[in-house]
Amino acid sequence: MASYSTNEFRGGLKIMLDGDPYTIVENEFVKPGKGQAFNRVKLRNLKNGRVVEKTFKSGESVEAADVVDVDMQYLYNDGEFWHFMDPNTFEQLSASKAAVGDAALYLKEQDIVSVTLWNGEPLSVAPPNHVELRVTQCDPGVRGDTATGATKPATVETGATVKVPLFVEEGDILKIDTRTGEYISRVKE
Amino acid sequence: MTPALPIATLRKRAQLLRQLREFFSARGVLEIETPILSPYGNPDPHIDSIACALGTQRAYLQTSPEFAMKRLLVQGSGDIFQLCHAFRDGEAGRFHRPEFTLLEWYRLDFDHLQLNAEVIALIEQMREADAAPLQQVVQSYQALFIQYLCVDPLDTSMAQLRAVAQHQGLAVDSTLSLDGWLDLLLSHCIVPRLPANQLTTLIDYPASQAALARLNADTRTAARFEVFWGSLELANGYWELQDPDEHVRRFAVENAQRHAAGQPSMPVDQEFLKALQRGLPDCAGVALGVDRLLMKLLGAESLDAVCVD
Repeated sequence: MASYSTNEFRGGLKIMLDGDPYTIVENEFVKPGKGQAFNRVKLRNLKNGRVVEKTFKSGESVEAADVVDVDMQYLYNDGEFWHFMDPNTFEQLSASKAAVGDAALYLKEQDIVSVTLWNGEPLSVAPPNHVELRVTQCDPGVRGDTATGATKPATVETGATVKVPLFVEEGDILKIDTRTGEYISRVKE
Repeated sequence: MTPALPIATLRKRAQLLRQLREFFSARGVLEIETPILSPYGNPDPHIDSIACALGTQRAYLQTSPEFAMKRLLVQGSGDIFQLCHAFRDGEAGRFHRPEFTLLEWYRLDFDHLQLNAEVIALIEQMREADAAPLQQVVQSYQALFIQYLCVDPLDTSMAQLRAVAQHQGLAVDSTLSLDGWLDLLLSHCIVPRLPANQLTTLIDYPASQAALARLNADTRTAARFEVFWGSLELANGYWELQDPDEHVRRFAVENAQRHAAGQPSMPVDQEFLKALQRGLPDCAGVALGVDRLLMKLLGAESLDAVCVD
């Protein structure tokens, strides 16, 4: 089984801890001149996103986590699972609600998304940073109101609700930042 | 490619090296040089020597010039200092580099407290005249642990130290020795909390962490000191151990610890042991990290900001 020594620790390295896969967020080498060296590490649990701190004795080895990010095309949702396809191999896999999480709100069929696999199983799904989605429901637009900065809620085709300016109409296509859930602009068709 | 250092940083380093030499010249301390390459390594289990091939022989880059300088002291050199590079395998981070610049000096008939006073004077002299004054505090290892963690490091157990670490929110699964637990608590829970505008001298380390310092009269603590600027360790010094048999004993303990930890044992400097038989003069010695001092003088956050790659 692959393992990493603490002196290979760096941001982004994926390791196993208490049976869960983690990614290293921050690694600090701490050593008194004449004493034991330690690696003080901040790690994010890739299953639940929680960040923990842990101290290792320098030189120790930890098991590597078999975690890879793969670009896949989102195909469809069958009511229970979300289905994805590797556009190169045409291999398909399905991900549960736990793995897809809030990304579901931005998943549009045919879009290319980043699927994180742990031992070949989907662990999480990240939509593109920016997506373009059609408004399916919102209050009627207020023509010409581009200056007040007032907003209203709009629901888009994938189910997400975003705050939009008052001039937005049903049927408009919006550019949205999926990391913040914020409206960026209206897109011309 | 790493970004080049500003020319002002190169100039500041040149100025620091010049001022350090002036400091010692004014005090009659002789600058010397010793070999960086040696057939002998450092048996300290927490310091890894970098091995290299010298023809068909194995050699090591020095982890500090300590043994070579002490041989000069035995030969009657008198007070000496050296500015050199030292090498330690596996040490890399914001405050560590595997190759770094060390200032090491020895003063005859000084004890560790007198030498500490000289270290403080040196740091003050390297600072700008208009820099805000630094508090100077000398505190014992025991007092510091009691102040910050309510535990007596000279009368404790692994179970107690483990409980303290847990209480402090440290998650550690590693197997640590008693000194390992003390190192953990000192480096994670105490040193980061030392006041930023203070030069803290830590004295009277536990006898088990004496390194090459002589023991104090209480035999539970050693005449070893470390100087911290804020929470950055700058210098480590001893009122030097003289007894040759005690040296042999301590090196054997260190190599046994290396063996137990699965590390290669290190050949002990035989020339050094021979010199000790002739008698190391009564002296105190200290090593100070020049790159770290430069960092603090420039207010830098990392060694990368002051070292050329």
